[in-house]
Amino acid sequence: MDTVFRNRTATVVMLLPALAIYTVVMVIPILWSVTYTFQAGNAISGFEFVGFDNWIKFFGDPTAIDALWFTVRYALVTTVLQVAVGYGLALVYIFFLQNKSPLVRTTIFFPVILPTVAVALMFSRIFEAAPTEGPVNTILQWLGGDLTDFLGTPSYAFWVIILMDVWRSMGFYGVLLYAGLVEIPQDMMESARIDGAGTWKLIRRIVLPMSLPVLLSAVIFSINGTLKVFDSIVALTNGGPGSATTPLTLYMFRTSFAYGQYGYGSTVAFVLTILCLLVTIFIFRSMRRDVTES
Amino acid sequence: MKNHIGRGRRSLAAVAFIGASALALAACSGSSDSEDSSTAAGDGGESMTSSDEFTYTGQTSNTLIAATLESLEAGACAAAADGTPLVTDSIAAEQWDQQLQVLAANDALPAMQMAPGTPSLMTEWIEAGLVVNLSEVLADLGVEGAVLPAAEATLKQLYQSDDLYALPTEYNIEGFWYNKALFEDAGVDVPETWGDFVVVAETLQAADIQPLSASGTEGWPVTRLVGNYIFRSLGADAMQKVADGEASLTDPEYVEGAEAVAALGESGFFGPAPGSIDYDTAMNQFLTGGAAMFYMGSWALGNFNDESQNQIGIDNIGYFPFPEVEGGAGSIDETPANAGVPVMFGAGAYTDDIGEWVACIAQNYGDVALNEAGQVTGFEITDAPAEQSELTTMVQDQIANATGSVLWFEAAFSPAATTVSQTNGGALAGGNLSGQEFMELVQAQNG
Repeated sequence: MDTVFRNRTATVVMLLPALAIYTVVMVIPILWSVTYTFQAGNAISGFEFVGFDNWIKFFGDPTAIDALWFTVRYALVTTVLQVAVGYGLALVYIFFLQNKSPLVRTTIFFPVILPTVAVALMFSRIFEAAPTEGPVNTILQWLGGDLTDFLGTPSYAFWVIILMDVWRSMGFYGVLLYAGLVEIPQDMMESARIDGAGTWKLIRRIVLPMSLPVLLSAVIFSINGTLKVFDSIVALTNGGPGSATTPLTLYMFRTSFAYGQYGYGSTVAFVLTILCLLVTIFIFRSMRRDVTES
Repeated sequence: MKNHIGRGRRSLAAVAFIGASALALAACSGSSDSEDSSTAAGDGGESMTSSDEFTYTGQTSNTLIAATLESLEAGACAAAADGTPLVTDSIAAEQWDQQLQVLAANDALPAMQMAPGTPSLMTEWIEAGLVVNLSEVLADLGVEGAVLPAAEATLKQLYQSDDLYALPTEYNIEGFWYNKALFEDAGVDVPETWGDFVVVAETLQAADIQPLSASGTEGWPVTRLVGNYIFRSLGADAMQKVADGEASLTDPEYVEGAEAVAALGESGFFGPAPGSIDYDTAMNQFLTGGAAMFYMGSWALGNFNDESQNQIGIDNIGYFPFPEVEGGAGSIDETPANAGVPVMFGAGAYTDDIGEWVACIAQNYGDVALNEAGQVTGFEITDAPAEQSELTTMVQDQIANATGSVLWFEAAFSPAATTVSQTNGGALAGGNLSGQEFMELVQAQNG
């Protein structure tokens, strides 16, 4: 095998098919999209070169800046909650449920396999204010509160989306982190217990440092998924009320396909790509330093 | 020899693989029969084009066009449908324009579809040659008199074109429809001025009756009110001035219109959460007595005349035009009129078979829609129903007697401004957005 890899021609020949497919389906479309950021128009009206106009427009467009700010806020809050709740669940599976955990894990994992649109419909019914009142409003009114239009009020709509996405994905992060936790050598835990470490100390001194690599994966998964959120928001609020819950992805989609501005839409897409890249590099660097320290 | 056989087997396998791949590819690509057209020699030796299907795509909330086309397929258009059967499909109204744009960009528009909600898109497609020129086609087919001159003029004005590019499957007036019994219960009369209108709404609300029903998810039933207020206060050319750059939506006299509607929202006249109400729910609210007034186009006659939907009774529904604004330049006689969402024909899918359908629709659609659903269209009527509801007759009279017409708020907007206007309509009706904020958002996209 070693001799095969030392043969440069063989390596190139073996890599070529995969590289060719990757280039055709990934690299060329990305470069193509980048060229659109310097053009205006669409497939029907044709394109014209406009230099950096789209980039200047982006930073002067209040709707785009709002969408960017919403995306960052949503991604940060959802990532923290998704990973924290997932980690909490993984710890519960390991330390408290032990043998009973498969049943609970399956139950909590169940929302992950549900279609997003179905989950969004369910949440819109739960928080409905009109024409019929959903259970949340019924309980609120029973407790003496006012009828609240959760999906029609920007601040509430933000939290309903986050609640829905955390509920949908916590099972996935629970299982992902659980897989990392079961890898921690049992003898190390045993010896710590014998040395008198309690559950909390065990988590802080052994489990947390040992599970940092898988935590890193979970955070990168989560932040990239949440920065690119699209389907759950379209299905639940369609970016509304107004444009209060419009992330960059939805704004990009609307700009390109509803407003017919492919060039500007590509610029929004490219900003999102750069954002994902920067965040991933930042997390990767900061977490790697922590792993080395521990 | 052995080697030779091995090579033979390999080449056989390669041929088989290529054959199987070709079959698989052919199977994958065969899904768009509707656009498949072929050319065959006609009787006169001229080349004839044919289609396997007559595809129609409409908005999910509009079931009337598809139902009328199905009636035509079984009746008057059976000959056209022979070999080219009707296949219908639908897309949600909120995604309508963007879905059509994707299809148009790929030259994959169906044979017939409702036109885009944003007229400027249609203008762009006409220039790009994506839409069938119906003036030419109807003349070729010998049915040029089938469209009423008034409807034809409205459509030409809408798309700023000298030729006809869409058929008026609706010809509407818009205004407020009201529940006579609820008005009587609250002791209110039909308002003639905006001031009276607000008083009527207050009185209804005080009597525990929801004054207005409107779809905030679609937004346009709310923004229509903003536009109409502006037409009444500033005159019929007010929105054209914005389109020409002579005025801005953020001018105080324009903002006044949005503030007037925002004030209705703040007072809760549209109910508790209008942003969650879709088109069908708003219609249902009105037709089950859940709200006293409903701003809508006369295309809703199809729903009003349907006893299974209309629980309050057709005789219990009255109509009044959008009230006058005190001291305004506009008149109550200028009725908002339009061809609803007309239907257009994709040039890429047009063949002689589709032409047969076009001719048949032009000649028969108006009669079938009026007889079966009480729907007033922009087609010439040759077979008027013996009996029809008073409301349908009233709409026909209104159309015949209107002294002038106005388009709607977004008619001359860009696609971006139209989307921003309609996505914020719900917030305006819910009292979550001020008139000033609304106009600033829309003007920013329309600049």
